Amino acid sequence: MHIIKLIYKNAFRHKLRTSLTILGVAIAILAFGLLRTVISTWYLGVETASASRLVTRNAVSLVFPLPLAYKEKIRQIDGVKGISYGTWFGGIYIDEKHFFANYAVEPKTYLAMFPEIILSPDQKAAVFRDRKGAVAGRKLAERYGWKLGDIITLKGTIFPGNWDFVLRGIYKGRDENVDETAFLFHWEYLNEALKKAGRSWADQVGWYMIEITHPDLAADVSVRIDKTFKNSLAETLTETEKAFTLSFISMTEAIVIAIQLVSFVIIFIILAVVANTMAMTARERIGEYAILKTLGFGGFHVSGLIFGESIFITMLGASLGILLTFPAAKIFSKELSTYFPVFNIERETIVMDIVASFFVGFVAALFPTWTAVKIRIADGLRRIG
Amino acid sequence: MNQKPPIVEIRSLYKSYRRGSQVIPVLNDISLDIKEGEFLALMGPSGSGKTTLLNLIAGIDKADSGTIHVGGVDITSLSETELAHWRALHVGFIFQFYNLIPVLTAFENVELPLLLTGLSKRKRQEHVRVALQVVNLTDRMEHYPGQLSGGQQQRVAIARAIVTDPTILVADEPTGDLDRISANDVLGLMERLVHELGKTIILVTHDPRAAKKAHIIMHLDKGVLNAHNQTDL
Repeated sequence: MHIIKLIYKNAFRHKLRTSLTILGVAIAILAFGLLRTVISTWYLGVETASASRLVTRNAVSLVFPLPLAYKEKIRQIDGVKGISYGTWFGGIYIDEKHFFANYAVEPKTYLAMFPEIILSPDQKAAVFRDRKGAVAGRKLAERYGWKLGDIITLKGTIFPGNWDFVLRGIYKGRDENVDETAFLFHWEYLNEALKKAGRSWADQVGWYMIEITHPDLAADVSVRIDKTFKNSLAETLTETEKAFTLSFISMTEAIVIAIQLVSFVIIFIILAVVANTMAMTARERIGEYAILKTLGFGGFHVSGLIFGESIFITMLGASLGILLTFPAAKIFSKELSTYFPVFNIERETIVMDIVASFFVGFVAALFPTWTAVKIRIADGLRRIG
Repeated sequence: MNQKPPIVEIRSLYKSYRRGSQVIPVLNDISLDIKEGEFLALMGPSGSGKTTLLNLIAGIDKADSGTIHVGGVDITSLSETELAHWRALHVGFIFQFYNLIPVLTAFENVELPLLLTGLSKRKRQEHVRVALQVVNLTDRMEHYPGQLSGGQQQRVAIARAIVTDPTILVADEPTGDLDRISANDVLGLMERLVHELGKTIILVTHDPRAAKKAHIIMHLDKGVLNAHNQTDL
C-alpha cells in the first residue's frame, strides 16, 4: 500500500468531482502560465539587452532627433568601441492592423553591433549593395509570405509617401528570445529622400547605438557623451540599452501590474475551488479518519492523507495545465504576433506554475487537516452510520 | 468462573460531558474488574453510558477522574500519542457499521493495523491470512467492502480487530446492523475467539440474545453499573 495507494484511491472516489477540480486547476494554470508569459514577453527586450550597448537620444524626448554630426564626436570618446544609428520609420504595411516595427539603420555597423541577428553572408552583401534593400525577420517574412527580391511598400506616417523596399535578407534570431518580426532598411535611403524634400529630419538620426569596450564603463561613457553635448542645441541622454528599454516599458507599467494582479487572482480562485473540494472530502471522511485514529494512526498519518490527496489532485491538474500551455502559447503567438513578436514559455514560468500549484494544494489542505486532526475520536465515530 | 488476575481494572471512574454551560454526568463512580479470557456484555438503555465506558476502556476517550489499568498499564496517564501507540498494539475494535475503508480490499483493510507494527511485508501477509482464515473469509480477501454482505464485512472487521493479537477486543453493537443469521455467525465467531483463542471481549449491546453469549452481563443505568448473571436474563 499504503499511504500513497490510499491517497491515490481516495483521490478518485468521487470521479466527477475530482475530474472537475483537476480540470479547474488545469485551466487556471494554463491561464496563469499564459499571463506570466505575457509579462515575461513584456520584459523580453530588457532581458535580451546587451550590457555593452548604450543608447544615446535627444535629452528632451525620443521624438526629437540628433544631428548626424554627433557620430564622429561620440566615436572619439574613451571607451567607445563602435557606433551605429537609426531612426524610427513608423511605416504602415497594407493598413494599421498589420503593425510591425520598422527602422532605418546604418546596416553595416548596426548588424555588426547586433550579433544576435543572424543573416547569411550572401544576404548581408546583397543588403549592403542595394540602397533600397531591406531585411525582415523570419517570422515577419513568414507572416506575409515574403521572399527575397520581393518589393515591399510601406506607407510613411512620420515621413509621408509610399516607400518601396526590396527584400534582400531574412534574418533569424541567435536565441529564441530575439524578435524576428522587425523590418530594417538603409538610413541613407531615407535620408536622401528627406534631403530632396528639404525636410527638417535630413542628416538627423533618432538615436545612436554605442558599443563600449567593457560593460563596467557604461556609467562613465554615458556621462562623457552627455557632457560633450551639454549646452548644445540638441543635448543628449545616454543610458544602457536595458535602461532605455525599461523606460519604454515603464510607460505601460499599469497594464503589466494589472496582468500580474489578474494572474494572482486566478491562483486565489483556484485555491478556493481546491479548498472547497478538500473541505467536502474531509467532511465526508471524518468518520474514516476517526477509524484510522482508533486503530492507532496518528495525526501525522491523517495529515499525510489529506495533504497528499490535495497536492496530488492539484499537481495532476497543474501537469495537465502545463502541457496545455505549450500548444495554447503557439496559438496565442500566431494570433497575436503583431503585439508579441516573441511568445516563448520560459522555464521560470513553469517553475512558477509548479510552485503556485504546490502552494494551492498545501493551503487548501490546511483547514480540512486541522479539522480532521483535532476532532475527538468519539465525535468522529458518532458521525458514522 | 475464572481465577486469572484482572486484565482490566477500573477504579472510581467519572465522566461527564459539557453542553454549553451544562454539565451532564455520564459515568458515576464506576469500578470494574475484567479478567483475561472473559466475555463481558454491557447492556443498558440508550444514553446510559455504555459506549462511553467502552471508549474509555479502549483509550479513545478521556475520563474526568479515576483510573483504568489494562494489562497493567494505567491508560489514564498516557498522552494522546502514547494512547494511539497503545491502542495499535493492545486493542481490537469491532463497530456496529463495520467501519472498513471502502477503497481498500478485505486483505488491505485487515492489514491496516499491522502497518503500525514494523513487521515486514511477508510477516504482515502471513498475519492477515491467518486472521482471514479465523473468520473464514480467505476466498474474499481481494473483494472490496462494497462487494461483501454485511455479515462478511463484519467478519473482515473482526479479522482486522484480531490481526495484531490485541490484549482486549471491544465491540460496540457488532450485530446491530445485521440480520439474524449473520448476527448469529458473528456472535458464534466471537465465542470462538474467547473459547479457542482465549481473547478478552467487552461487548456493548442492546440485544439480549447477543448478551447471552457473554460470561458476565453488566447493566449500566444513569451512569451506575450493576452486575447480573446469566439467569437474570
